[in-house]
Amino acid sequence: MKVRYKSSFLGYLWSIAHPLTFAFVFFIAFKMVMRIAMENYTLFLIAGLFPWQWFSNSVNLSPMVFLGNASIIKKVNFPRNIIPFTIVLQDMIHFILSIPVIILFLFIYRKSPFLSWFYGIPLLMVIQFLMTFGVSLIVSSVNLFFRDLERLTSIFVTLFFYFTPIIYPETMIPETYKPFINLNPLAPLVVSWRNLFLKGTLEPFYLLISFLYAILIFALGYQVYRKLSWRFAEIL
Amino acid sequence: MSEPVIIFDHVSKSYPLYHHITGGIKNFLFNLPKALSSIKNSKHEVLKDISFAVYKGETLGIIGRNGVGKSTTLGLIAGVLRPSKGKVTVKGRISPLLELGGGFHQELTGKENIMLNGVLLGLTRNEVKRKLDEIIEFSELGDFIYQPIRTYSSGMEARLGFSVIAHLDPEILLIDEVLAVGDMEFQKKCLDKMMGFKKSGVTMVFVSHSKEDVEGICDRVIWIDNRSIRMAGTPKDVVLHYSLI
Repeated sequence: MKVRYKSSFLGYLWSIAHPLTFAFVFFIAFKMVMRIAMENYTLFLIAGLFPWQWFSNSVNLSPMVFLGNASIIKKVNFPRNIIPFTIVLQDMIHFILSIPVIILFLFIYRKSPFLSWFYGIPLLMVIQFLMTFGVSLIVSSVNLFFRDLERLTSIFVTLFFYFTPIIYPETMIPETYKPFINLNPLAPLVVSWRNLFLKGTLEPFYLLISFLYAILIFALGYQVYRKLSWRFAEIL
Repeated sequence: MSEPVIIFDHVSKSYPLYHHITGGIKNFLFNLPKALSSIKNSKHEVLKDISFAVYKGETLGIIGRNGVGKSTTLGLIAGVLRPSKGKVTVKGRISPLLELGGGFHQELTGKENIMLNGVLLGLTRNEVKRKLDEIIEFSELGDFIYQPIRTYSSGMEARLGFSVIAHLDPEILLIDEVLAVGDMEFQKKCLDKMMGFKKSGVTMVFVSHSKEDVEGICDRVIWIDNRSIRMAGTPKDVVLHYSLI
């Protein structure tokens, strides 16, 4: 069963323009003003920002997905998790479509794509999909019961953005704080994405952690959804 | 009588009063003990120990004052609500037309909503496509079918709602007060259509305030009052007693 949603062509342009603008802002702030000592900083930013964009777009949209479809949920009995599923899927497609932009930047910096992408990208995509879908299920379900979760979500997404090595490399984190980095489920994932895009490598350790996180978060999200979903029609 | 397709077996339904959450997480956490006790204790009982059955091909009317649980009953049949106690058994594909505009997405156009509803109700995309013209013609919406639903008037939404439901080969049809907003001409058209369904053996549950409609269409009527069934019987009897109150 497919639920069709209005996804405009502009949506795709936005999904690329947004991270690119971010990349531009961070480039000015860190490369030109603060003079971070890194080569290919723009490429570095983009490789982390595009996957991040997928996660943050989906999660930021999640609080509204059930509320926005209240009239349908109240009247027709269908598996409600389809709605967050399509949201995450749609952002995933946007992400896939943005990969050529990464390739373009690789060429600008006189690099080329790697063969390891053929298995690396699908692998990481599955991991990220599970993780994002899990978070999305939690946020969308719980938001029906606590409507102010929406604000908290955007705060936490911003917070996690800076806790995740996206605008800085994980190697720049001071030694004392390094052990904590893996407490952030998104950190190993984003680092994996970036290594894959820039160097064509996949570190098994990071892969394993992010995979475990993904399973855990998805299982949790599904439980929350399962427990709450039959009350959706009551509360909307 | 043939086999029952909808069975209510000692069904009770109560809603928790969700006032503890309207304040959001912040209020919930600051008043945690109070909020927790209010989840457990505050309950609004809508239906209490109700049992009835609807048989295949039968048209059941439900009448009662506002807020006695008629819509909740339909919600339980449609499967969007779960009973707190007891069991609801439904056999067959349900086409619910609950309240106004049976589940439309406000931003999509009328046509897209027909597709969406058809698919949600369990038909394939092609099946809906084949019926599309028929639905649009029945609704008499003309070019409005290409406009987003939010631009529709309530009467137009009801028209579209009924048209969609009526053309998707319903097995069990749930109708909640929708006819009230349509104009006379369309009401008559809908009633004709429903009589047609009746002949072809579609099971219908019909909630209405219109005594004439109930008397004209239903085979049997139940009257819900004060959380339970006050009376069940032939339309004539029940409507007569109901109007005496």
